[in-house]
Amino acid sequence: MEIRIIVFGQLTDIIGKTELAFSDVNNTDELKQKLSNMFPELSKIKYAIAVNKIVAQNNTALIEKDLVALLPPFSGG
Amino acid sequence: MNSTNKYKRYQRQILLHEFGEAAQEKLQNAKVLVIGAGGLGCPALQYLAAAGVGTIGIVDFDVVDISNLQRQILYTVEDIGKSKAETAVSKLAALNPEIQIRSFNFQITNENALQIISDFDLVIDGSDNFPTRYLVNDACVILDKPLVYGAVLRFEGQVGVFNLADKHSNIKTNYRDLFPESPDSTSKLSCNEVGVLGVLPGIIGTMQATEAIKIIAGVGQVLANKIISYNALSNSFYDFEITPAKNETITFPKNENEFLNFNYEWFCKSQSIKGEISISEFDALRRIEKITIIDVREMAELPLVDEFLYIHIPLVNFEKFISTIPQENKIVIFCRSGKRSLKALEILNKKLPNCIAFSLAGGIESWKINNSNS
Repeated sequence: MEIRIIVFGQLTDIIGKTELAFSDVNNTDELKQKLSNMFPELSKIKYAIAVNKIVAQNNTALIEKDLVALLPPFSGG
Repeated sequence: MNSTNKYKRYQRQILLHEFGEAAQEKLQNAKVLVIGAGGLGCPALQYLAAAGVGTIGIVDFDVVDISNLQRQILYTVEDIGKSKAETAVSKLAALNPEIQIRSFNFQITNENALQIISDFDLVIDGSDNFPTRYLVNDACVILDKPLVYGAVLRFEGQVGVFNLADKHSNIKTNYRDLFPESPDSTSKLSCNEVGVLGVLPGIIGTMQATEAIKIIAGVGQVLANKIISYNALSNSFYDFEITPAKNETITFPKNENEFLNFNYEWFCKSQSIKGEISISEFDALRRIEKITIIDVREMAELPLVDEFLYIHIPLVNFEKFISTIPQENKIVIFCRSGKRSLKALEILNKKLPNCIAFSLAGGIESWKINNSNS
């Protein structure tokens, strides 16, 4: 199973690319934990997670071919 | 303006089958408030004025700086040092003398926001900082006004419509449903620090004006309960559907009284910089969210504290009992004067690096003095 993750804003600085993929995460909480382990700086950053373009308000199950987007807030005007 | 001139001025949009004279009439009767006459505000204001929005309000306390001219296209070299709000009014009046334009040449705050916004039908957020964004969002929720949101950073922009039900549901979402928690220091990168492509706020601000005009005219599909992320480098758009937040532990002002008492500067303060917290910040934090408070003094040390609940772990045993500290909330450590709590904070930051923790500056002694005075 493969979950595609696309990354926006300043999160790309930390992750180092705009897209990555995982095969071993079952839900968004696991994904967050995995990302925090791989990129410790991420654990201190607030960002919205969308699964298939819908913002996840709670832990959300992930299945094969899901597209996850990580969107940080920014404030420039 | 007589009706022939009016027809001529707006002819190109009145001709549009979906628009017509009825929508033009709606624009003329509409009142739109633009917060911030900067990179986003300038293009939004120009198109709203050109399109014939009958009343436009502009909130900005800043003056024009040469570094603004790269993207804030209402201003010229001659305007440097002048008020943005007032300069914008004169430029827009020259563009369309038939509309009413009001300037609010001061900062929007808890004290004035509700009064200013209540005079308008719709708000465009073109501000450049998080405290203002949360403040404007909450005010619009309390007053039930549609809010067209926009934000930019480097080559990326976000645009969306809050507090407006889409055609299929009665659900209204807002900025707090997307970003309920206060931003961290890295989110607070501003365009001053990391830059922005000048044309990007032009694109996003123009999209904000487009959404405002669609909402007023009642045409097309509005970005209600949605946010679009645009990347100028990759020429890509990505949309996010927003659903109502379910996290009830996050508190935000829901009525006028709570709004007046909410400290937006504190809420948006950098919380990844670990260190001291002032007495007033500590009291504000206690009010707005559930926190864990730890006393690291010796047992029975004075003064006694019965004003709030706390855990007692003397500094000598702090490391030994560190695992008993709950980690889900922000932590504030105190001692008598604020010195031992800094040592405890150092240990905590080392052992539990993911916690957000502070040491109470001046200690509980200062807190007691401060609170007995007030």
